[in-house]
Amino acid sequence: MVLDVGFWVVAVVAVASGAAVFIVDSMARATYALALSFIAVGVAVLMLRQDYVGVITILMMVMEMAVMAVYMVMFMGMNPALMPMSMVHDNRRAVGAAVATFVVLGAGALLIPWPTRRGAPPADPTRALGEALMGPHMLAMVVISPVMVATIVAGVVLAAHRTRYDRFGDDLRRRPARDPRRGGVGR
Amino acid sequence: MGEPMVSGVTTVAAGWAVFAAVLLGLLALFAAALDGVATARAERSVAAGGGGRPGGGRRGLAVPLLEAARLLRQCRRVPVASDVLLWRVGVAGLPVLALLMVAVVPLGRWTLFDLPVGVVWFNAMDVAVWAAVWLAGWGPNSAHSLVGGYRFLAYGLAYELPLMFALVAPAVAAKSLRVGDIAAAQDGLWFAVWMPVAFLIYCMGALAFSVWGPFSPALGADVAGGVSAELSGADRLLLLAGRYALLAAGAAFAVPLFLGGGAGPLLPAWAWSLLKTVVLLAVLVLLRRRLPAVRPDRFMEVGWLILLPAALLQDLVIALVAIGRQ
Amino acid sequence: MTLQTVLLMAAALFSVGLYGAISQQVVVMVMMGLELMVNGVILAAAGFWWFLAPNPDGQVLLMVIIAAMTVEMAMGFAVATLLHREHGTDMTDMAGDLSQ
Repeated sequence: MVLDVGFWVVAVVAVASGAAVFIVDSMARATYALALSFIAVGVAVLMLRQDYVGVITILMMVMEMAVMAVYMVMFMGMNPALMPMSMVHDNRRAVGAAVATFVVLGAGALLIPWPTRRGAPPADPTRALGEALMGPHMLAMVVISPVMVATIVAGVVLAAHRTRYDRFGDDLRRRPARDPRRGGVGR
Repeated sequence: MGEPMVSGVTTVAAGWAVFAAVLLGLLALFAAALDGVATARAERSVAAGGGGRPGGGRRGLAVPLLEAARLLRQCRRVPVASDVLLWRVGVAGLPVLALLMVAVVPLGRWTLFDLPVGVVWFNAMDVAVWAAVWLAGWGPNSAHSLVGGYRFLAYGLAYELPLMFALVAPAVAAKSLRVGDIAAAQDGLWFAVWMPVAFLIYCMGALAFSVWGPFSPALGADVAGGVSAELSGADRLLLLAGRYALLAAGAAFAVPLFLGGGAGPLLPAWAWSLLKTVVLLAVLVLLRRRLPAVRPDRFMEVGWLILLPAALLQDLVIALVAIGRQ
Repeated sequence: MTLQTVLLMAAALFSVGLYGAISQQVVVMVMMGLELMVNGVILAAAGFWWFLAPNPDGQVLLMVIIAAMTVEMAMGFAVATLLHREHGTDMTDMAGDLSQ
């Protein structure tokens, strides 16, 4: 009973704050509305007894939204004065597509005769997840790790405007490198 | 002490959260009073040596109470065009997050919230401090505040990953993310002793997410108080108290993680937990006068080139030992 | 809390995110729409795991979804920064040259 009420609260918060992302006028408010939506989903996942995934969702998304807010301010330069703005295109068709998607998915959720549960949940889902990741599903982690590293490298390459020639000179011999900010380690 | 993997921690009723909040408040008050005394002593020695104003540190111990009384009577000031909602969320978020952190910390045998992934929970809460501090800086629509908020995020990008990997070490050694299990796994030998690097990095992280000591430029005098520049009245009190509460929560979490939890001779477990917390908290408070402030832009390289590899190496060693002991 | 209600909530999140991803002009806002869609997918996957097949390794899928989301974000930020630097824009409509 408590769980049901809690779930409905969480569901309303998640969807309402998700919608608020595209309604509010302030960049900071939009970003943190999305963070709130993720926190609510994280709590819902916690209620579905996946402690690790739920808490990790909250952790990662709050961190990501804190960084996202910086990007928002950097790119859009809004002050917190709640400037009214409308930055949408093709609003009517977008609403139509969203409503149609919701109707189809919702109808599927309600009408499909879902099978009954197979198997019992493990006593400690976190331990089970760890053993799955380090055992039969190690391939997933083995694939994800290099993808992550490649993402870091690609992200830096795309976003950084200074190349090694800017830092080390045309013959790459200049030491120490010429950086706009000195680092904290010796340079 | 002969029960290595059974935490033996009992979850108490939710009503005890009030008690936990009071306890956290008392610890924060202790930290503030200690800092007041240290400041008073420093001012006295400056006054004696350099002919400054005499009796500058008269109040010392009572500083936090007097300051709290002053702030509670002060009228709240709200700058033009500030985002009051986000501002209040950020400021009030700090003490709330501190309370959520201590919710998973066992006090001897009792805990409020015996989460199987307590360590990750603590980590999520300390990441949420990023959001709270930045919002507190963003809200008042003031350049100085915003600079303070950005400074904190810059520290965050540098300290958070080393802190995360420092939290991994005790969890790997105890083979559990449950805080009670980690405390119970340290029978005889504290984790702080055989994972000193992780412990030191953790302490640095606790200083950092409390915006304390070397990481206080987010509230620095050079930007007119940074995040706290526009705060007045009860809001200012919440931010300052939240800072001490976060420091206290950081110290409290270190006890089960690195300092053996409630283990100790003679005294009951809860007393040992509390005693260790108070001692570590005092050390963290007093460190403020011993360490220089670090610049956010320079600390980035320290975090990524020194602290992060050190934490990873520490984790590797711990993992090898944990495998070897099986 | 049944599978149906969880899926309904997930569908609502997904649809709202879809609306944002289609309608927004600013790249970062489009990314927020995508995030919201992934948010719904996470919830649906968690619901399927708990109500249909709570076997030990179903959660691995969730970890993969979360990892995919981080990759999406990192690359999105990088491209947005690049666009901003090259064109001084952050609008999808003005980034037509990415399709050439």
